[in-house]
Amino acid sequence: MDNSVSSQNSLVSVRNLSFSRGDKKIFDGISLDIERGKITAIMGPSGTGKTTLLKLIGGQLYPEQGSITVDGQNVHQLRRTDLYNLRKRMGMLFQSGALLTDMSVYDNVAFPLREHTHLPESMIRTLVLMKLQAVGLRGARNLMPNELSGGMARRIALARAIALDPMMILYDEPFTGQDPISMGVLVHLIKAFNNILGLTSIIVSHDVHDTSAIADYIYVLSGGKIAGQGTPKEIQQSESEWVQQFMTGAADGPVHFHYPAKDYVDDLLSSGKRY
Amino acid sequence: MQHTSTQDTLVGLFVASGIVGLFFLALQVSNLSSFVEEDSYTITARFENSGGLKIKSPVSAAGVKIGKVSAINFDPKTYESVVQMSIYSNYNTLPDDTTASIFTSGLLGEQYVNLEPGGSDEFLKNDGKIDITQSAIILEKAIGQFLFKSAEESPEDKK
Amino acid sequence: MIQFLQYLGKSTRTSFTKLGRGTYFLLQIISGILSVLPRPRLLLNQMYSVGVLSFLIITISGLFVGMVLGLQGYYTLSDFGAEESLGVMVAASLVRELGPVVTALLFAGRAGSALTAEIGLMKATEQLSGMEMMAVDPIKRIISPRFLAGFLSMPLLAALFSAVGIIGGQMVGSGLLGVDEGAYWSQMQNNLDFQDDIINGVIKSIVFGFVASWIALFEGYDAIPTSEGVSRATTRTVVNSAFSILGLDFILTTLMFGDD
Repeated sequence: MDNSVSSQNSLVSVRNLSFSRGDKKIFDGISLDIERGKITAIMGPSGTGKTTLLKLIGGQLYPEQGSITVDGQNVHQLRRTDLYNLRKRMGMLFQSGALLTDMSVYDNVAFPLREHTHLPESMIRTLVLMKLQAVGLRGARNLMPNELSGGMARRIALARAIALDPMMILYDEPFTGQDPISMGVLVHLIKAFNNILGLTSIIVSHDVHDTSAIADYIYVLSGGKIAGQGTPKEIQQSESEWVQQFMTGAADGPVHFHYPAKDYVDDLLSSGKRY
Repeated sequence: MQHTSTQDTLVGLFVASGIVGLFFLALQVSNLSSFVEEDSYTITARFENSGGLKIKSPVSAAGVKIGKVSAINFDPKTYESVVQMSIYSNYNTLPDDTTASIFTSGLLGEQYVNLEPGGSDEFLKNDGKIDITQSAIILEKAIGQFLFKSAEESPEDKK
Repeated sequence: MIQFLQYLGKSTRTSFTKLGRGTYFLLQIISGILSVLPRPRLLLNQMYSVGVLSFLIITISGLFVGMVLGLQGYYTLSDFGAEESLGVMVAASLVRELGPVVTALLFAGRAGSALTAEIGLMKATEQLSGMEMMAVDPIKRIISPRFLAGFLSMPLLAALFSAVGIIGGQMVGSGLLGVDEGAYWSQMQNNLDFQDDIINGVIKSIVFGFVASWIALFEGYDAIPTSEGVSRATTRTVVNSAFSILGLDFILTTLMFGDD
């Protein structure tokens, strides 16, 4: 994909981004573009800071270097009210769903509407039921979050994320810990929302199979850098050994099976000290 | 936003009972009821020694509280203690030859000003002065005098 | 030795950093209060969980503390033949000290720990983060109403505690031990001053409510978002609140009742 074309049509562009947590460098000068109306997946093993990237895009964290532009606005230079206005146009689906546990399903979906609009309660009801219908859980509206299964909670959270009709949705590990059926439902919903509502979707995941099935474009992160990028097909044919290991799930390869440690034999023979 | 009218009622009851508690403390427990500024007039008395008398100490006549001490000052010329008292205006018939003494309620209790009405036909007015006063009995002094006296007497007994 | 000094320096620095974060947090809460005022519903819900749910423990404790004061006071005072002053003793200790202090300690244990756990769990389950991403400021929506509720409930609870305690003292004193009821009340009224005693007691309870709510909310908001982190934060809330309340009580008492 040609870089100049993508940057014209990109909704989110990340430029030369660096971020570290403590001494650990999580991002080391990465640049990437998220195209409008497409599903872009950001993949990588656990601990590569995929969630951190979403938080940076949402303006919850500040980068050390570089910039993130969403719809032409530099997220980290916005004033607070402008940032909040931008966030109203972003939906985020957290891994846990992040439903407010002291409210029913109905009130959870109504929450952003009640906070940000002055719509009459009858209209909020219509909107909430429409969103719940879209995720197939209109019948669960009176349940409390603790009565929901993990998959249902995620669907409710999705209904809440689209309550304000955002321009894009950030999905944080949407497939983790789901049974095949709810996984199938989520894959279907993400795809459908993207096509029908004309959303831009960013999926952060380490689930190779399902993500590459729906993604239009994939970035693979490793060690704070972009290890590979391209359409799912291009990625699968990547020459990078690392990307190959990640996509096929081999136990050993450029990413070692063992956490860095001193020599095994030495370690066993050295007596006395625990560490 | 789970809310019910029962919850609202309970919050209402809680706030109301808290306010009742505050009122109870203010009216039943403290001196607020007598603190409400009653009309009063001021009189002064000079004592040789006002002892442990304090501002707000009670002023009473025949055992009934009729006012309170409003100020205590030291007069650097006469070396006396000037005690200012506000007397409730419904007790406006104190004769001008009233005697003021400082008493202690109980052995260790608080000190207060006791007014002993005289026989004059003229009444004390605002800013009036009481001429006849009796100072506080200082316990240490009294005990000291007592010991001194008994010490003087006892050698004679032995002879 | 050097290690110890390093440790000392590091932990001093962390506690100052924490105090700084806490102060910044407090400023955010206070500026968030303005946006709570047009939404009394939020405040009302919190008054319920902070105030109403503490009502029972406060009144029952108040009653028993008052009864014990009546009993102990009677035994001490009757040695001096001053049983008549029982009312003064009970009321003064309750209104000046025990009312505000014990209420604040119970409040920290009952409502404060619950607040910390609630906020900490909301953080651990990404509810706060989620709210931020929905462009709702969790400080304004979640923290400030709770702070305001704690701040407003405390003086009411402390007043209830003292009032119930004084009645409890009277029940024991004149009901059981035969102190004259009239003397109980009139001595009390003559010796307790509205401004010096009642108002100062209320000021104390307002200060304690402020501090206890602040600590509870901050510990929750600052908790490490794991189950262990939240449980530690809850413990810290109770311990830190108790220290702050007792320390502040000493300072306030010196300021209020010191001169005379």
